[in-house]
Amino acid sequence: MPEALLDQAALRRIMAGREYRGASSMDGPLLVLKKTHPVGYRELVECVDHTGAVRLGTVMDSSEDAVMVQVFEGTQGLSLPDTRIRFLGRPLTLGVSAGMLGRVFDGLGRPIDGGPAPRAASEEDVNGKPVNPTAREYPRDYIQTGMSVIDGMNTLIRGQKLPIFSGNGLAHNELAAQIARQAKIRGGSGDFAVVFAAMGVKHDVARFFVRSFEESGALGRVALFLSLADDPSIERTVTPRVALTLAEHLAYVRGMHVLVIMTDMANYCESLREISTLRGEIPSRKGYPGYLYSDLAELYERSGMIKGVEGSITQLPILTMPNDDISHPIPDLTGYITEGQIVFERDMAGRGIYPPVAGLPSLSRLMKDGIGSGMTRDDHPHLASQLFASYSAVKDVRNLASVIGEDELSPLDKQYLEFGEFFERSFVNQGRTEDRSMDRTLDLGWEALKRLPPEELHRVTAEELSQRYEGNSPA
Amino acid sequence: MNERIIARVRRITGPVIEARDAASAHMLELVRVGDDRLVGEVIKLADGEAVIQVYEDTSGLAPGAPVYGSGLPLSLELGPGLIGSIYDGIQRPLDAIRERTGTFIGRGVQADALDRKRLWAWTPVAQPGARLKPGDILGTVRETERLVHKILVPPETGGSLSYLAPAGDYAVDTDVAILDSSTGQHRLSMIQRWPIRVPRPVRSRLAMNQPLITGQRVIDTLFPLAKGGTVAIPGGFGTGKTMTQHAIAKWCDADIIVYIGCGERGNEMTDVLTEFPRLVDPRTGRSLMERTVLIANTSNMPVSAREASIYTGVTIAEYFRDMGLHVAVMADSTSRWAEALRELSGRMEEMPAEEGFPAYLPTRIAEFYERAGLMETLSGQPGSVSIIGAVSPPGGDFSEPVTQHTRRYVRCFWGLDRNLANARHYPAISWLDSYSEYVDDIQSWWLDQAGPQWSKDRAEILELLRREVRLLQVVKLVGPDALPDSQRFVIEVCELFKNAFLQQNAFDNVDRYSSPGKQQRMLGLVLAYWRRGSEAIKRGVSIAELRKLKVLGDIVKMKFTLSDDDADGFGKLAAALERAVARLEAVYA
Repeated sequence: MPEALLDQAALRRIMAGREYRGASSMDGPLLVLKKTHPVGYRELVECVDHTGAVRLGTVMDSSEDAVMVQVFEGTQGLSLPDTRIRFLGRPLTLGVSAGMLGRVFDGLGRPIDGGPAPRAASEEDVNGKPVNPTAREYPRDYIQTGMSVIDGMNTLIRGQKLPIFSGNGLAHNELAAQIARQAKIRGGSGDFAVVFAAMGVKHDVARFFVRSFEESGALGRVALFLSLADDPSIERTVTPRVALTLAEHLAYVRGMHVLVIMTDMANYCESLREISTLRGEIPSRKGYPGYLYSDLAELYERSGMIKGVEGSITQLPILTMPNDDISHPIPDLTGYITEGQIVFERDMAGRGIYPPVAGLPSLSRLMKDGIGSGMTRDDHPHLASQLFASYSAVKDVRNLASVIGEDELSPLDKQYLEFGEFFERSFVNQGRTEDRSMDRTLDLGWEALKRLPPEELHRVTAEELSQRYEGNSPA
Repeated sequence: MNERIIARVRRITGPVIEARDAASAHMLELVRVGDDRLVGEVIKLADGEAVIQVYEDTSGLAPGAPVYGSGLPLSLELGPGLIGSIYDGIQRPLDAIRERTGTFIGRGVQADALDRKRLWAWTPVAQPGARLKPGDILGTVRETERLVHKILVPPETGGSLSYLAPAGDYAVDTDVAILDSSTGQHRLSMIQRWPIRVPRPVRSRLAMNQPLITGQRVIDTLFPLAKGGTVAIPGGFGTGKTMTQHAIAKWCDADIIVYIGCGERGNEMTDVLTEFPRLVDPRTGRSLMERTVLIANTSNMPVSAREASIYTGVTIAEYFRDMGLHVAVMADSTSRWAEALRELSGRMEEMPAEEGFPAYLPTRIAEFYERAGLMETLSGQPGSVSIIGAVSPPGGDFSEPVTQHTRRYVRCFWGLDRNLANARHYPAISWLDSYSEYVDDIQSWWLDQAGPQWSKDRAEILELLRREVRLLQVVKLVGPDALPDSQRFVIEVCELFKNAFLQQNAFDNVDRYSSPGKQQRMLGLVLAYWRRGSEAIKRGVSIAELRKLKVLGDIVKMKFTLSDDDADGFGKLAAALERAVARLEAVYA
């Protein structure tokens, strides 16, 4: 056997770069090639068309008989006999450096802003590697976003992955941009950077983000990776990986605090489904591949904090729920991986409330360890819990009012309605440039609770009631 | 290491690879693949070809790569050093891996599951010359302050003891005993090896008769789990599956906890790793980490190792059970394990059954849960493995295959409710969907501990909760004022029961754990309010007057203010309630 003479790696080093001419079949973005040297699974591929233009791809299935390549930029215009194919003997990598901040790249990480390619500090595999759970630092420092409904009720923690579950036409982009502008870290700013990955979004959405970063003077701290709606859909499966590879470099090598905004995850999942269907894989729910959960986890788990390293990666993925359905596989699987979710409600938006965050289904799982005395304010945990409990009672009262009419409600129920109205109009609702301090947010929460009688407030202590509700100075 | 090439890779499509020239491979054999020596397992053999499930990322692997055989099935190392460890799904120590490959998990790392350098103080117990059979004790090692680790004769081994090491410090792989038998000489170290997919043998199954006390009121009082029992916790995301698992892992009265993070978040394992060593077990006063073994195969780690992780966890649990200990296994989440099965099955192009899951899903679920039980072990002592499995149904819909099949094989069901979670009522265990078939099995224990009224109290409060549901439907239609006070009082008492008893704050130093005695006293107080309040209403007292009683505020807060054995405090509260109601009645006398 010839393979006994050479070890595998040596053989592939020799064969790497060897060019093959002609593919045996093409279907959508997939291309099949026969009679090659042994090619590695997930190896990077270059396809050269008859004009000499190079397209990148990766090996999806490698066997002794045939190799299946997924071409990121699609196979349009390629012909079976004239396509030349090179296997590069290495995975898709990204040259990363802090110099990439302030630049704009395509979905595969190539500059599209007219500037030269940034000098790479190192080449990293875009697929990343799983973080050893023992190397993780448990995140507990909060990020102040200046948005009451987030800071007060769903506090964002540095190193958290907190998605926005939105719907088409709702203000998720505005909220993400506002958070990126206003985010502050307790005890100084640190080195702050934003990595923005756009997957299948419209040109004007991308422009909105660029303008928003520009206006706040933050563009120099932002790296943008754009795979827009008219770019090849397969490219989108790589874009978040490329963006996260840069984020990991900035956070874990450069010690920066990185906020990663990924939009729109729904488009990413559509692309995965497209490839999966083409490959003839057995689908699970709604035609999405069975590995959608694992695939999303590979992205979302690339966040957090590492022991002994200063930086952090905080993810703010945005996804539009198809038909506003939170049980659709995309938001559902996302919710199982991320550490909470900010859920938008069309009804709130219709009533002119911004951000239209639904109070009850929204949740920040890491909040419990990042708030309270010494972090935000001592009354914060109980106050948040009380606001949730009281607001949930509002929903019941509203249902009752819709049956028996508001006039028939008991005086207490009417107080609940008033509380709900204040909570939504004055606590949740805020201006698009309004940056509230943590104290202001928490005081507003107490303002809302003052609409209710003290015996209804089970979740706050007697001292908190006396100090914050009755306004006595602390004993 | 003597390596033997048993096959060559033919095709790679992900974690499942096909290999040719595999005539000498065994079914379920542990193999190493390629120059990186990736760990894999043979899962199918046909026509000289093998299908191999690889437990590590296969990127870069090419056809023609060698497959090295081991001749052994995928097995665990069992012995001193397990406690306090954190392993991946195939028992590779994550600490040791971190020392070698740093922050990110590298591939092909070979590390001993049990530290060979550490020395253990060995105390011999068996008599030299004695005829020993499986399960007989050879000696002991004090693994932690609270755990005496018994070194037993492994299953399927026996003979007369010709050598037993004298007391002293030994490494785990030192031979400490030699058994002579007709089949030859067995040299035994402190390590036992056992294949993960084979249940360890026992003498017999015993009838369960003791509850696994978790300190969680809604569980212990309403839907108790027996030692050796099985329970499923299904719930959509954010309903508190992991929180419930953590609370039980912290406070339940098992001797050993095996916590399997199967396809879940990395930060959750970090949370356990940072929090458990700091928490103190209320029964022993020792750190909780001294009774815990962690298996972490997070969602971004290879999917095939996720499939193996729950078997790894339950095998470790059985090993401790064989010493006569009570072990609780937390599997979070079994849905991720089922999805790993589905993914691997899909890669093998098997015919799917429901929602893409393989047709053998129910068999695998049954096999897993059947490894729980209260057993008479080979040593003759009783020991138990209880399994607490989280289920993550897509969209929170309990009619999906994993929840439905799991329900068939567990006898206890704690359904988590989205509406309760949204109202931040934790634990969000629904009192309407949940059930426990262990109530009758463990009743006598409670009657001994808590007195004869336990069964009656429990039945009474459940009946009230059921009545409340019907009444609330009426209220929804016509408003509360349409009900007479006697019926509105049912809703009132249930509201009190939910606030004062069912809700439990996992972050409060007092409330996070309630002893059986405290639970029973708390339930008694709520029922006292129900009984006395109902009488008062009959005498003409209005519900508004009852609602204004100051003592109710103290009852709601008793979970925070009264400690486990403060019988006096509860007595005073009961007396205060009685006085307050009597004072109201006096007006109408």
